[in-house]
Amino acid sequence: MNGLYIHVPFCVRKCLYCNFYSVTDLGMMAPYVEALVREMDLTAALQPTGLKSVDTLYFGGGTPSVLSFNHLGRIMDRIHHLYHVADHAEITLEVNPGTLTPGALDDFKRLGINRLSLGVQSFHDTHLQMLGRIHSSDESRALIHAARKAGFNDLGLDLIYGLPGQSLEHWQDDLENALSFGPSHLSCYMLSFEPGTPLFKRMKKGTIVPLPDDKAAILFDETMAFLEKKGFIHYEISNFASSPGTQSRHNRKYWNFEPYTGFGPSAHSYTPVEQKRSWNVPNLSDYIDRLKKGHLPVEDSETLDKRQQMIEALFLGLRKMEGILISEFNRRFECDFSKMFSASLSYLSKNGLIVHDPARVYLTRKGIVLADRITSLFVDRVD
Amino acid sequence: MKNIRNFSIIAHIDHGKSTLADRLIQATGIVSDRDFKDQILDSMDIERERGITIKSQTVNLPYKAKDGKDYQLNLIDTPGHVDFTYEVSRALKSCEGAFLLVDASQGVEAQTLANLYLALDNNLEVIPVINKIDLPSAEIEWVKGQINDDLGLDAETAILTSAKNGIGIIDVLEGAVNLLPPPKGDPDAPLRALIFDSHYDPYRGTVVHFRVFDGSIKPGDTIKFMSNDISYKVEEVGVFQIVRVPRKQLYAGEVGYLIAGIKTVGDTRCGDTITLKNRPCEKSVSGFREPTPVVFSSIYPVASDDYQELTDAIEKLKLNDASLVYEKDSSAALGFGYRCGFLGLLHLEVVQERLEREYDLSLILTAPSVQYEIVLHNGQELIIDNPALYPDPTTIAITREPFIKATIIVPERYMGSVMKLSLDRRGINKNYQYLNSSRLEMVFELPLAEVVYDFYDKLKSVTQGYGSFDYEIIGKKETDLVKLDILINGERVDALSQLVHRDNAVARGRHACAKLKEEIPRQMFKIAIQGSIGAKVVSRETISAYRKDVTAKCYGGDISRKRKLLDKQKKGKKRMKMIGQVELPQSAFLAVLKTDD
Ligand SMILES: Nc1nc2c(ncn2[C@@H]2O[C@H](COP(=O)(O)OP(=O)(O)OP(=O)(O)O)[C@@H](O)[C@H]2O)c(=O)[nH]1
Ligand code: SF4
Ligand SMILES: [Mg+2]
Repeated sequence: MNGLYIHVPFCVRKCLYCNFYSVTDLGMMAPYVEALVREMDLTAALQPTGLKSVDTLYFGGGTPSVLSFNHLGRIMDRIHHLYHVADHAEITLEVNPGTLTPGALDDFKRLGINRLSLGVQSFHDTHLQMLGRIHSSDESRALIHAARKAGFNDLGLDLIYGLPGQSLEHWQDDLENALSFGPSHLSCYMLSFEPGTPLFKRMKKGTIVPLPDDKAAILFDETMAFLEKKGFIHYEISNFASSPGTQSRHNRKYWNFEPYTGFGPSAHSYTPVEQKRSWNVPNLSDYIDRLKKGHLPVEDSETLDKRQQMIEALFLGLRKMEGILISEFNRRFECDFSKMFSASLSYLSKNGLIVHDPARVYLTRKGIVLADRITSLFVDRVD
Repeated sequence: MKNIRNFSIIAHIDHGKSTLADRLIQATGIVSDRDFKDQILDSMDIERERGITIKSQTVNLPYKAKDGKDYQLNLIDTPGHVDFTYEVSRALKSCEGAFLLVDASQGVEAQTLANLYLALDNNLEVIPVINKIDLPSAEIEWVKGQINDDLGLDAETAILTSAKNGIGIIDVLEGAVNLLPPPKGDPDAPLRALIFDSHYDPYRGTVVHFRVFDGSIKPGDTIKFMSNDISYKVEEVGVFQIVRVPRKQLYAGEVGYLIAGIKTVGDTRCGDTITLKNRPCEKSVSGFREPTPVVFSSIYPVASDDYQELTDAIEKLKLNDASLVYEKDSSAALGFGYRCGFLGLLHLEVVQERLEREYDLSLILTAPSVQYEIVLHNGQELIIDNPALYPDPTTIAITREPFIKATIIVPERYMGSVMKLSLDRRGINKNYQYLNSSRLEMVFELPLAEVVYDFYDKLKSVTQGYGSFDYEIIGKKETDLVKLDILINGERVDALSQLVHRDNAVARGRHACAKLKEEIPRQMFKIAIQGSIGAKVVSRETISAYRKDVTAKCYGGDISRKRKLLDKQKKGKKRMKMIGQVELPQSAFLAVLKTDD
């Protein structure tokens, strides 16, 4: 079944590390919603029925929690009008603790949102400041309580670690704090310095010094050890679920070559039948202009050839802790995985970086911190 | 024939040969202003980037002289760098005269003398030209004195030019007409032409550059190469006017090209004589002395399956670079390749770059070496230029290495630094003399191996560009040699081995390890780099392992970008060579040879 992603490109203020597309001019909200609805109409009209059944909706950003009740309602209505949303659908909305208005959570609930992803990031205010977040840790705590009270059982928390100067104790403290709220899902992202962000510029200037790789690796290792001990399922590099049923169904579509349709500036769509991926213009005014003229806001698209599909299957497969399913890979690419990659496989398993059993290949904990390197060894063999 | 003049422009490096050629080309109007660019004869990218001439280039200039008659001037611009003297010597074979340029502010330098001797050996009429007279630092009278005293030429006949500002250009053209002899030769005799260069054209096959000494040649003629008796039917003859310009016929005394559908690259040899199949000449033109390579190195393709492409490329390059000498070679680490001989380190770099650019190859070169003479205890004598073939040291009785006589000309103030540099390189000062009150000519005996390493660059830097240098090989002397091996994670990489003097071995070993550490990217495990002599480790570096390499986020919007990145990295790795488990970038092999910048 299809999954819909709605990119809400507004933020109260840009965080220092963020390279997602968003603007801070909230005055653009109304024309954005108009354009978005238009995009849905145009897109749905062109889509085959197969893509009309959806079982995941994901409001991401930016900061979708800045949407008013009316705006979010309008979007939801349109989705229900154009698509068949399954009864058991997973409907996620990302919430920034700094944008909470009274009653908003109840509104979300009423509009059918059944899963919240809360951008907590840290329980240390100094760290929140270092990241340029707009909220305090107390506001995060209040949000979590309020979400529980509003009846949200499926709560995911986003955390960031590997900050300059961060100690193991600090991070353990964050993890324990997070677990004290009994979340059903945790995303733990190692901080990266993305080109173009203020944090990146500060690093280049030398005013901040990233945590050394070996320290960051230790924090990652601790994350895995700690969460596994607490019964969490590590199912993707940065994602952990309290039970098999609380893994993000929507995000798994990205990794499993299932279809998804993205709306809003910079959103990506993928249809496996055609092996086509397309993406929207990453600019709000362009996006609005194009839709005003009745054009789809697609910037570009690509049709993946076998080679490109294989590269994606390799790196997405290795990012999942279940790994690459060998029989499926062989069927899909009409090849012999174990033979094709025999050199890398034996070398990597000998060094304890992967496990290669008859059914699948997956990274060990030692391999996970080197996922990109390991992936490139596989990709080298693709031609 | 009376109206033909064949001449070269020769000089020390940078004295303005190509710039003067530019002015002569412009004065005769064969190139429109729109198509003109500075140093137009330096047509290879590598020449333009480095600002030096590497290939001699011929250009045919129609010129109406002051005497009212039309002349054809065949000019050959030559390189000045010592590594390309072979290009000069071949150019001179097709000439009756030469303009010898002297930079008015630098005066006579090492290659001024060396090239003058080459011209005199070929019995050419030599006209001195004092160039760059526009420079505020020009000292025309002083240079005239040198022309008289050091060169033994008549300074009264010297033409004064500023190639940059177009001064004296007509004097050069008139000088060619009035002071240089026309070619001799019999246009009615059987064809007798000398191949002095060629190049490969993918559509037309080998394009042969030649000078006609007797007879004539035209399309339709069946020609024969005298060295191998192979015949071809001529499709086109013509002259070079920046582009190829076809002619109906070329006669004795002329310089030009021919195309004859020659697809077998090996058929054409530089120095060979072309004649007619049905009416052959009696005696071939005396060819060129064989080039004497001084540095040897092996060339391997980064991707082992590119060996056939390399073979093809080397054969074609050889057409256009007669000084390149090669034979098959193989290495445990690098597979099949070629052992090549070069006229110097710059020549080596140029060959690598041309092979890579013109034939789209990615190559690895092994450490350059000179040729050693080794006598074993059992009396057997070996010539070794490849560290891979170096015998067991316990079997060696005597090793000899080539020595050169180096002539270095510098302003007096650099005497100390040149002395130090040469002594550091195991040199012996044999002689020095003042050329005038401020310039010194110093003569050293130096091991060739020390010179090929990076001597010239160092000399340039310690003399701030004022030092000039020429050398000749004087023979071999006994030496104390060791083989320095490089081990990566305990595995000896044969392609990184070097033969070095025992006194330098430890320093070289340290240098090589340090350079490799800079060049080899971190990998998933620790990499140990060691330099060793026999079983003894003399230097060591380690590259720590990657501790972390993982992308935190990968959602719908990240997948395409991530895939493209992986694909790009994969392409970059084409330039990597796997040595055991370690990925060595191509640059690592070269880095070992370079000194610090
Ligand atoms: N001021 C001045 N500079 C000149 C003159 N002629 C040449 N140059 C400069 O000298 C430099 C070297 O000129 P080239 O013509 O490339 O010298 P070359 O002798 O061909 O050098 P190689 O081919 O490398 O041996 C360039 O920067 C020229 O612009 C001149 O008459 N006056
Ligand atoms: S709130 Fe989220 S999307 Fe907005 S700037 Fe911060 S990290 Fe980026
Ligand atoms: Mg030149």
